[in-house]
Amino acid sequence: MVDPILSVEGLNKRFGGLAATDDVSLSVPPGTLHAIIGPNGAGKTTLIAQLMGALRPDSGRIVFQGEDVTALATPARVRLGMARSYQVTSLCPDFSVLENVLLASQLRDGGWLSFWRPAIAYPRARSRAMEELSKVGLADRSDRLAGELSHGEQRQLEVAMALASDPVLMLLDEPLAGLGRDEADGMVSLLHSLKGHVTMLLIEHDMEAVFALADCVSVLSFGRIIASGTVNDIRKDPNVRDAYLGTEGDAHA
Amino acid sequence: MRKQLVSFAILIGLLCAVPPIAYWLDDLFLLSLASRCLILASAAVATNLIMGYGGLISLGHAVFIGIGGYVVGIASHHAFNDGMTWLSNGFLQLVAVLVLSVLVALFVGLVSLRTKGIYFLMITLAIGQMFYLAAVGAYDYGGDDGMTVFAKSRFLGQALSGHYLIYWVSAAYLTASMFLVARLSSSRFGLVLRSAKVNEARTRAMGYEPFRVRLVAFTVAGVIAGGAGFLMANHAGFVSPAMLHWTRSGDLIVMVVLGGLGSVFGPLAGTVAFLALEEVLSGITEYWAIPVGAILIAVALYTPQGVMGLLSRRRNHG
Repeated sequence: MVDPILSVEGLNKRFGGLAATDDVSLSVPPGTLHAIIGPNGAGKTTLIAQLMGALRPDSGRIVFQGEDVTALATPARVRLGMARSYQVTSLCPDFSVLENVLLASQLRDGGWLSFWRPAIAYPRARSRAMEELSKVGLADRSDRLAGELSHGEQRQLEVAMALASDPVLMLLDEPLAGLGRDEADGMVSLLHSLKGHVTMLLIEHDMEAVFALADCVSVLSFGRIIASGTVNDIRKDPNVRDAYLGTEGDAHA
Repeated sequence: MRKQLVSFAILIGLLCAVPPIAYWLDDLFLLSLASRCLILASAAVATNLIMGYGGLISLGHAVFIGIGGYVVGIASHHAFNDGMTWLSNGFLQLVAVLVLSVLVALFVGLVSLRTKGIYFLMITLAIGQMFYLAAVGAYDYGGDDGMTVFAKSRFLGQALSGHYLIYWVSAAYLTASMFLVARLSSSRFGLVLRSAKVNEARTRAMGYEPFRVRLVAFTVAGVIAGGAGFLMANHAGFVSPAMLHWTRSGDLIVMVVLGGLGSVFGPLAGTVAFLALEEVLSGITEYWAIPVGAILIAVALYTPQGVMGLLSRRRNHG
């Protein structure tokens, strides 16, 4: 068996009496897309925050490409090859679309210790950024201010930024949130085209998208993983039906 | 980029026009006022780097003006009273200003940049007042009263004195520091600095450590303000603890806000506006700070981009 890109062992995080993450273990093999579903408040975003180093877990281990990263700060994890996109769009609205992506692509092209030459004048980082922008369909928008983009385009930009740091593993926090049907379809086919190139951990409410994309699904409820398996296993699991799938109609609304 | 070069060309043109006008009007006071304005503006440029681009509001930035000033003052004191004339060497003094500014900026930055917002403000205020009180307590160097700079800085035998010379040096220094900050702000470093201002968590999630980037910005801003202090002491011929009082840091913040946060030419526009208001209003009333405050509130409420925002809005409409 291949070594997993990400493996999480017995992760715990409590906020007072609330177990936001309760003994979570999972393992993501290279090139696959692992989806995490669960009702609101199940602890999905808290889990991502710990994986990314924004929150320190109370106990447990996070191993990325064989290296224990549990104690590493966020920037160090990014340099090792992790990237995340945010549930709530969080870009620099006053930066151009290109500058937002450059911020990510310049990291692997020498970093920030450059003080005189304009950031946009580095051809390698720039062409890398443009490449990611065309992947997500924003190449013709590169000169616009990020704040002027539509909501759907901003979500695409988020993905381009995550891609531009050349990640081994992308953590995607509800990339379909707030998208119209057409935009959502576009995002699903984008993520589909990335499968095999980048390992992805996807948090998503949209069941149709999850079932179309995921190689493996874990269901989170009150901080615990109550089921884990292929799309078919999860569809059939009676616990999952009770905890979550009954509300599928709402999740689509 | 090209638009900015044009703006710089216009700026240099305007700066070159001042001395002939002063000569023609035979008004050295005007030239001296202009020099003071340019020197203060270069300190405002430094403040804009950390505040406008970095989002760090410091109530201690005048400390660096004080460092630059006291290097000149102390050197002058010993050169004049103890015959240590080698201390008047301007190059030597500039090296001292550079080294001290960097050291103090690293110290203040390491202590304060772990915090944000009001805590950063409080720590810089506290450290700033520490330096202020140290200057007040330095009885050998005039204590509270400060001291006159009898021996101006000398460069290859030429003393940094005379209205015209001071003006040209100040104009060159301002232009250079503005150009430096313009380049910095669009560099990779500047991109990360500005990104950390808008969204710190996001910046970390892109692989950058905002603390380090801010420490560099804080240090560069310290050095620029230190140079302004060096010029100020030679221009005014006088240094005193008032140079580094926290209210001077407050003035710098007001100038930057008036001019427009995070714009290359904003600090100069703000300093001109601030000094013009002070000059005009103090002729009318002793309580000139009150209308200045009212104007500042209006700027904050209605034109957050300050004078530069007004100018560019006019241009877009026209």
